[in-house]
Amino acid sequence: MKTHVIVFPGSNCDRDVAVAIQNIIGSSPEMVWHKDSTIKQSDLIVVPGGFSYGDYLRCGAMASTSPIMKSVIENANKGVPVMGICNGFQILIESGLLQGALIRNSSLSFICRDIIIKPTNTKTIFTNKSKISKMPIAHNEGNYFANSNQIKEIEDNDQIAFQYCDENGDINAHSNPNGSINNIAGVFNKSKNVLGMMPHPERAAESIHGCDDGRNIFESLLS
Amino acid sequence: MLAKIHITLKKDVLDPQGSVIANSLKSLGFDNVNDVRQGKFIELEINSNSKEEAKKQCNDMCEKLLANLVIEDYSVEIEN
Repeated sequence: MKTHVIVFPGSNCDRDVAVAIQNIIGSSPEMVWHKDSTIKQSDLIVVPGGFSYGDYLRCGAMASTSPIMKSVIENANKGVPVMGICNGFQILIESGLLQGALIRNSSLSFICRDIIIKPTNTKTIFTNKSKISKMPIAHNEGNYFANSNQIKEIEDNDQIAFQYCDENGDINAHSNPNGSINNIAGVFNKSKNVLGMMPHPERAAESIHGCDDGRNIFESLLS
Repeated sequence: MLAKIHITLKKDVLDPQGSVIANSLKSLGFDNVNDVRQGKFIELEINSNSKEEAKKQCNDMCEKLLANLVIEDYSVEIEN
């Protein structure tokens, strides 16, 4: 598999995700600087977490105008799997590849802790091996918002990827860390080859992390 | 020309920062404050032949970058 990880000024999970891809998928990803303009052929493009451009204007807004994003969008439109984690999710939303918006956490606090998510649609390239999983979140703007018409559209089209839940898999207000509508932790594009998620699977990808539940997302991509 | 751009959250988007500001104002004794909505104000200098042209360009900037239309509304005023 030929894999690529995009690096912006302020990315800080690029190496973590590269290690996860190397260990689990067995591919050594090419690190692509945001000023490069093309990715010719890829089987997976990851837009990693961090604080690209210091979160100026809105999280992900500046990065979405970087030269490389045109190529990411072109590849996504051709069906190449594209995955955005945390700030990468915010960037994919700002670039128009995913619907909705990510606004300030309802608590107004930066949240850095383990949460539990449940895959909502397990028939996709990213989630076919997914189960209820524990992994960390670390964000200030992870509160997923879309208006009622948009929510209906993404629900009807099975575009919800993950929802925050408790240990039993119950999706309730108590297990919602940031105020996201319907506990949404991740969404797909319409054709399900683009995934954006706030939790960090690459930070729960080997036993030394204390939990390796995040592996199942990378393992799904292998099958 | 000077463009003054207001970016505000749409009515159906919760504004937790606004709520906290409203509570703080109340604790200072401003009991008659009912609701606070926080937004952004952007001022930019722009070379243009006409106010109409400048406004059209600023609207375009808002649609493409300055505002996120899923959650925000914008308004543009042009001054000489």
